[in-house]
Amino acid sequence: MYKHKKCIAMLLAGGQGSRLFALTTKVAKPAVSFGAKYRIIDFPLSNCTNSNIDTVGVLTQYQPLILNDYIGNGQPWDLDRLYGGVHILPPYQGKNSSDWYKGTANAIYQNLNFIESYNPDHVLILSGDHIYKMDYNEMLEYHIAKGADCTIATLTVPMEDASRFGIMNTDADMTITEFEEKPKQPKNDQASMGIYLFKTEKLREYLIADENTEGSSNDFGKNIIPNMLNDGCKMVAFPFKGYWKDVGTVDSLWSANMDLIGSNPAFDIYDPYWKIYSRNMGIQPQYVGENAKIANSLVSGGTEIEGTVINSVIGSNVKIGKGAKVIDSVIFADVEIGAGATINYSIIDEKVKIGENCVIGNEKSSDAKIALVGRECNIKAYKVLQGGCNLEAGKEDQE
Amino acid sequence: MLAAAIVFADAHLETMDELTRRRTVASIPFGGRYRLIDFALSNLVNADITKVAVVTQRNYQSLMDHIGSGKDWDLSRRNGGVMIFPPFSYYKNETLAENRLDYLRSVLGYISKCKEEHIVLLDCDSVNVIDFDKALKEHIERNADITICYKETLVNEDLVDNMSFEFDENERVTKATLTSEVGKTANTSINAWIVKRKLLFNLISDSVARGARSFRKDILIPNISSLRMFGYRHEGAYLKIRSMESYFENNMLMLNKDIRNQIFGENETIYTKVRDSAPTRYGENSKVVNSYIADGCEIEGTVINSILFRGVRVGKNAVVENSILMQDTDTGELVKLNYVITDKNVTIRNNQTLSGCKKVPYYLSKNMMV
Repeated sequence: MYKHKKCIAMLLAGGQGSRLFALTTKVAKPAVSFGAKYRIIDFPLSNCTNSNIDTVGVLTQYQPLILNDYIGNGQPWDLDRLYGGVHILPPYQGKNSSDWYKGTANAIYQNLNFIESYNPDHVLILSGDHIYKMDYNEMLEYHIAKGADCTIATLTVPMEDASRFGIMNTDADMTITEFEEKPKQPKNDQASMGIYLFKTEKLREYLIADENTEGSSNDFGKNIIPNMLNDGCKMVAFPFKGYWKDVGTVDSLWSANMDLIGSNPAFDIYDPYWKIYSRNMGIQPQYVGENAKIANSLVSGGTEIEGTVINSVIGSNVKIGKGAKVIDSVIFADVEIGAGATINYSIIDEKVKIGENCVIGNEKSSDAKIALVGRECNIKAYKVLQGGCNLEAGKEDQE
Repeated sequence: MLAAAIVFADAHLETMDELTRRRTVASIPFGGRYRLIDFALSNLVNADITKVAVVTQRNYQSLMDHIGSGKDWDLSRRNGGVMIFPPFSYYKNETLAENRLDYLRSVLGYISKCKEEHIVLLDCDSVNVIDFDKALKEHIERNADITICYKETLVNEDLVDNMSFEFDENERVTKATLTSEVGKTANTSINAWIVKRKLLFNLISDSVARGARSFRKDILIPNISSLRMFGYRHEGAYLKIRSMESYFENNMLMLNKDIRNQIFGENETIYTKVRDSAPTRYGENSKVVNSYIADGCEIEGTVINSILFRGVRVGKNAVVENSILMQDTDTGELVKLNYVITDKNVTIRNNQTLSGCKKVPYYLSKNMMV
């Protein structure tokens, strides 16, 4: 017999991420590139591996091709296991019903059979759109020590931002006394990170009850957590200290990328004891040319730089031609930037070709907006694209 | 599967003393993130040759660590995959293998058990991209017993130990010489051969009885007329590494776009051990010119005409010029390096100045602290 699983993780990766506009036209949000060589989902998956959680269900729905392909058998994250490992869980057709995932809670509800097949003591619910390093095992020990039915990871946020989050009010013992989803007048600054740890039987009980409730939004934050709290379940907050960022918007995605650079980066990805794993492409080292200039940037392998790169994050296999300038920008993998082109304050998606002497985006300033170019766009020479533009994926030189 | 392979991990490179003191030739680091065996294994995998024996006898810990299960080359297979053969000694035979023939004898069992019709034999003391798909196709079309991969090239000092050949109009071998003459253009062996498996088995078994000592001298040369021996012309780069000087020169060739394109072409992937390094971070005052830089480096200073392996750190106001810094080299602030090769894990403290010259680069061995 295989050893009993103490805890398995369910990773919600089905969201569209509509606030990332062109970046999620063809890929699900968790598969969006991040930090030169990663995709967003590398962070929760690596956290699982580094926390000794070896069974992860990844719930997919929106544009799953690239995400599924990327995860594959889970080998890059050491999640190809004899018993457990990573499993892609798409919506499916049943004998009596076939439903898309209607909400975060419904997605887990539809996969209760997956959870039951491992019959773990606890289930960890994760989101596929957060950038952070967290030891889930520490959270699990805390959860067990507190004897909690549900533990919610919380983060101290600036008071002025608190109304954008689910806010936890706790007593001295960290037991949650009140939960308010996006309150107008927040009572404190302890925000939910969307990371929940449940006792399996409680989770099952409340998911089934929620499913049988007419008009429920089938959402953890809106339904499951308030219902459990009302019923007097033991719910505790697990205060997390460290870097955490929801990269659900273009601005937050850009600034999270920028948090990796600087003389003392806000987010450290160089820790040898907490590596971030990603699928490896077998690419050669980067070549920096005779006339290149690179300052304050993060650059991945296979890249050839002949131009200037300042305050930017450059993905794998990017080619930057002579005299081209890339400033305050995030360039995803396999992009070709022609000679003399200028790219300012932009996010350029994978496999984009930018012709010679193009000008994309405006100089970064307090009122400038990020220019977005979707994947596989082909932009002709001398084209000018203003900041704030949103070029849909696969467009040939959109007028 | 048409062919299996045998890779010789130790070529006899007394001339490479420093770099091979703690490792096999196969595990010499090259080109920012590779080891020499990566080129051999990748060439084989790219030609769908996925049953590979690696024979070795000395200091093979780093080789084993590097290859692991072989999954980074897609060589962790139910059928075949990569297998390391450490030394094997019969009770009477006290000496270890001295040459290719001894190695081949030690894996006679492997050769007899293979189902593949052909065996590819290759050294890994060079950087090259050999198209074994094409070589194998020619080998079969010509019904060759032995195909010798060669390159027509001006012989330099690194190639003196390579055999040279003359061919007739059908590329059949007419004459073979054990060495190549410096300064002349010759068809020089690139030390990769394709041999019919059963023939190879018989040749090696017989060699024991006949007291043969050398694969090249006692097996290849005496059989030129009796066996169908053909050449396969290799067109791409062949960078043989034979001395510290050629090690330095050949690494620096990676700064040349043509050479890079010959080795990392469109359809070629050179695989290596995955290290999950972060991307390379350039600091606010970094200055980098004409350099080849692997993942995981953190560069605050100046780097000119250099090769940086994974995880190298260059401190503030440091100047690294014409140097090769291997994995996890850590250079402090205001360090100045010119024509220096640092082996893995070398630490250079603040304010140090070290300098060699092109012919004799200054070499710092593994784990040294200066």
